[in-house]
Amino acid sequence: MERTWNNKAWFMVLPVLLLVAFSAVIPLMTVVNYSVQDTFGNNQFFWAGTDWFVEILHSDRFWEALGRNLLFSAIILSIEIPLGILIALNMPKKGLGVPVCLVLMALPLLIPWNVVGTIWQVFGRVDIGLLGFTLKALGFDYNYVNDVFDAWMTLIVMDVWHWTSLVVLLCYAGLVSIPEAYYQAAKIDGASRWAVFRYIQLPKMKRVLLIAFLLRFMDSFMIYTEPFVVTGGGPGNSTTFLSIDLVKMAIGQFDLGPAAAMSIIYFLIILLLSWIFYTVMTSSDEQA
Amino acid sequence: MARINLEHIRHAYGEKPKSEADYALKEVHHEWNDGGAYALLGPSGCGKTTLLNIISGLLQPSEGKILFDGRDVTRLSTQQRNIAQVFQFPVIYDTMTVYDNLAFPLRNRRVPEPEVDRRVTEIIEMIGLSGWAKKTARGLTADQKQKISLGRGLVRNDVNAILFDEPLTVIDPHMKWILRSQLKKLHRQFGFTMVYVTHDQTEALTFADKVVVMYDGQIVQIGTPAELFERPSHTFVGYFIGSPGMNLLPAQIDGSRVSLGTDTIALDYSPKVAAGAKTELGIRPEFIRLGREGMHVRVNKVEDIGRQKIVRAEFAGRPIAIVVPEDGEIPADPRVTFDPSAVNIYADSWRVGREA
Repeated sequence: MERTWNNKAWFMVLPVLLLVAFSAVIPLMTVVNYSVQDTFGNNQFFWAGTDWFVEILHSDRFWEALGRNLLFSAIILSIEIPLGILIALNMPKKGLGVPVCLVLMALPLLIPWNVVGTIWQVFGRVDIGLLGFTLKALGFDYNYVNDVFDAWMTLIVMDVWHWTSLVVLLCYAGLVSIPEAYYQAAKIDGASRWAVFRYIQLPKMKRVLLIAFLLRFMDSFMIYTEPFVVTGGGPGNSTTFLSIDLVKMAIGQFDLGPAAAMSIIYFLIILLLSWIFYTVMTSSDEQA
Repeated sequence: MARINLEHIRHAYGEKPKSEADYALKEVHHEWNDGGAYALLGPSGCGKTTLLNIISGLLQPSEGKILFDGRDVTRLSTQQRNIAQVFQFPVIYDTMTVYDNLAFPLRNRRVPEPEVDRRVTEIIEMIGLSGWAKKTARGLTADQKQKISLGRGLVRNDVNAILFDEPLTVIDPHMKWILRSQLKKLHRQFGFTMVYVTHDQTEALTFADKVVVMYDGQIVQIGTPAELFERPSHTFVGYFIGSPGMNLLPAQIDGSRVSLGTDTIALDYSPKVAAGAKTELGIRPEFIRLGREGMHVRVNKVEDIGRQKIVRAEFAGRPIAIVVPEDGEIPADPRVTFDPSAVNIYADSWRVGREA
């Protein structure tokens, strides 16, 4: 198709550009500003160059937290995506069940993040929490406060509880857009349940799955509120993710320079990984 | 290939049908011969697709039984019935290549690979997509996609019947002719029982040996194209088949005499009409002769459609259509005569025969 280029059209994006500048670019630039300087308060700044970046990239603390982030994202993605697909496949397509299921699915998404954290913090306590108390009564040695494995389990189950619905809703939207004729044709062609999933449902869900995957990756990689409320980063540093470490550094220790440098590295990692996922997933889409 | 018997089939989409009007498909009781080519013809929403889906097993009829070669298959699934069906809009597996799409129904049934290759190559040739075999089906145009759907319906050679649900809707007219004649050829070659749903009378009349005309959830007539044209058994058939459709005039029947307004014509038989029935005379525009003799008529409009002229006229206060040859003249004082052998008498919309 012939396209006409009109450079005046760029002015149309100006308002958005301004808005984004004030909401994102300018704050980001102040972070850049902090990351290359040192301060002892009183608005006195000293040039530090790339020192903070070098320091962060050479600290074990940073790499350990990054490792925890990657592990956490990998685990919750490998649970939430398949589980979400499975639930979406089994949701009713018509009748009264549809609104009931949709509302039930949307409920966890409506709860503020710190409330989710609080719910699970209380739920998992061995003295008064229903989950912790029951597990203990059943003879399990469960205590998320001083056991690393239990703390991770609690965070993972919490995240799965909180966010699988998002994957479900996205997949469900993809599934209901498939015309009935496809299923009828598959029946005529003698396709098995697996073949229907593999050749009809999965291809139609591909796009929404990509979005679900990216959203869940970015969100889980930036997780802060829930572990902060439930475990506070402990026991030890075992659930100290990058975001928690960052807040400790910036607010707790008031090391603004290193914290700013770390923010930028953190941001670039998310950007890079999201770009890689997107590129890999969409290019496989085109080859197929 | 099988003989198909539909025994007192009725279907309602709602849970509990209360009255006759709740049935999308009113009683159908009929036998389809093994190896026959049938067309289901009717306007949208008349129950054609419902009937087709009941035969293929995508839909369970509310009442009645379906037999294939005398075996009750009513409760069997589509797979077990071994039916091929082509849908109105293209259904393709768009992550697969064209070849794999066509091989899919065979591979699902564990047909040996050399046989799959033989069948697929033959079909791909027939639908004219040989060069596209290794391409992904996604990027194809709508009519190429529909050809793949069609091909998937034809690729199995052991099916009991092949059902077509308006398969050529998205294909362009030129290709329609080619594909339709290929279907006819396949039918002659392999003797599949074929059922073809359409609302296009030309398509139905050229494809089928027997045309099944449906109207408002019931079969109103089953017959050869000639029978449908000459002896429509329901006023709907007269109206739906033919262009323009049959003329219908309110008539008073008295023995073998038919009064139309002030005119009277004589039949060579006495129609068997129950007292109190609404009686009508039906005559196709092709069998009305316009000339200087006969009954008075007022010509309103003449449409020249090339090979012939269609005269729109008023007869006994009713609009009628008359087909006049291209060189036929329209007199100043026009009169019409009806060919008595082409006159059909209808009572309450159904054609009545001779007095016994």
